[in-house]
Amino acid sequence: MADMTIAGEFFRGIVKDNPVFALVLGLCPTLAVTTSVENAIGMSGAALFVLLGSNTIVSALRKQIPPITRIPMFIIIICTFVTIIDMVMEAYTPPLYEALGIFIPLIVVNCIIIGRAEAYANRNTVKFSIVDAFGIGAGFFVVLVAIGAIRELLGTGEIVLFGLKLISIPITPATFMILPGGAFMTIGVLMAMVNYNKIRKAKKGA
Amino acid sequence: MEDSLFSIAVNGIFVQNFLLVQFLGLCSFVGVSKETKSAAGMSAAVLFVMIMASIASFLIYTYLLLPMGLTFLTTISFIIVIAFLVQLVEFIIRKYSPPLYRSLGIFLPLITTNCAILGVVILNARLDYGFIQSVFYGITAGLGYTMVMLLMAAIREKSNALKVPEAVEGLPHAFFITTLLSMAFVSYFQVIPT
Repeated sequence: MADMTIAGEFFRGIVKDNPVFALVLGLCPTLAVTTSVENAIGMSGAALFVLLGSNTIVSALRKQIPPITRIPMFIIIICTFVTIIDMVMEAYTPPLYEALGIFIPLIVVNCIIIGRAEAYANRNTVKFSIVDAFGIGAGFFVVLVAIGAIRELLGTGEIVLFGLKLISIPITPATFMILPGGAFMTIGVLMAMVNYNKIRKAKKGA
Repeated sequence: MEDSLFSIAVNGIFVQNFLLVQFLGLCSFVGVSKETKSAAGMSAAVLFVMIMASIASFLIYTYLLLPMGLTFLTTISFIIVIAFLVQLVEFIIRKYSPPLYRSLGIFLPLITTNCAILGVVILNARLDYGFIQSVFYGITAGLGYTMVMLLMAAIREKSNALKVPEAVEGLPHAFFITTLLSMAFVSYFQVIPT
């Protein structure tokens, strides 16, 4: 593992192994909570916390966890952190907790987190697992905020962040973007753009 | 809650459809909806586990967690119950119906991490549904899931013959189809007077 650098592992999570676009994991929260930038930040923050906790514990215990029972153990480790963040958010950020609804407890079954535990933390040292958690968490954050920004901007005509109006554009708000259909369309368009870029790069290389 | 069974049914199948409106269970939705056969298998497995999980989690929540003040263990106990049930269902099907096991088998392990199942049991707990209501919500949510899954698989099978730009092929295309489906379902909102 000599060729692994901290920065390399970090950026790999954002670009090459981006959880949503490259690995197509964790779609449910990606689409459900991105009606606004604020929700997107809250969700990716919660996911980052859980990912950090689970990656750290899993990689620290990777030699003790018997391979045959690893999945249930991963789930219990993840569940512990989900319960923590669930209680913390309920106590300190009630409006956000209300907005995210059942998607906080549903982080337990978010494939990103269990996928990283299985594919990365179970095989790598604690240090790199933490870096990987930050990288994947950042990748998730970027996608969520991008989708949230597009939907909020087109759907309401402005982006409001923690009571602060950031941008407003003079358009008639298209309510469609806030509705579920808008979420599917946004991710479809973004994915097509990512694919287009990939194909163009591949053609250039060939 | 005063929700009548009829309104739960309309909610579960149409207005609050798990896949298209609440975004629950999307991973399996885009992954398995490529052909009707596997979509039907997955839906059957989800429907079955959803009903079982609604029953089991209701009993655990009402008779174990609530009286003992252990509601903070809700998530962890529900996920363990679901994992247990999935294993149990797998054993039973393998023992008694090998053909069914061969067609459903590969989907069963996936169901543990299907957010639709955990979603339905958490929603049941949050909405304070009674026993009948919980089970009924499980059934209707499962039916809604099945319906959308089959619709989507049928559309995707037919649209295989379409020629689309290379970049849109595959997932983006599936998402565009879903957009149209979801728009149809969102208009069910207006059915319910607010």
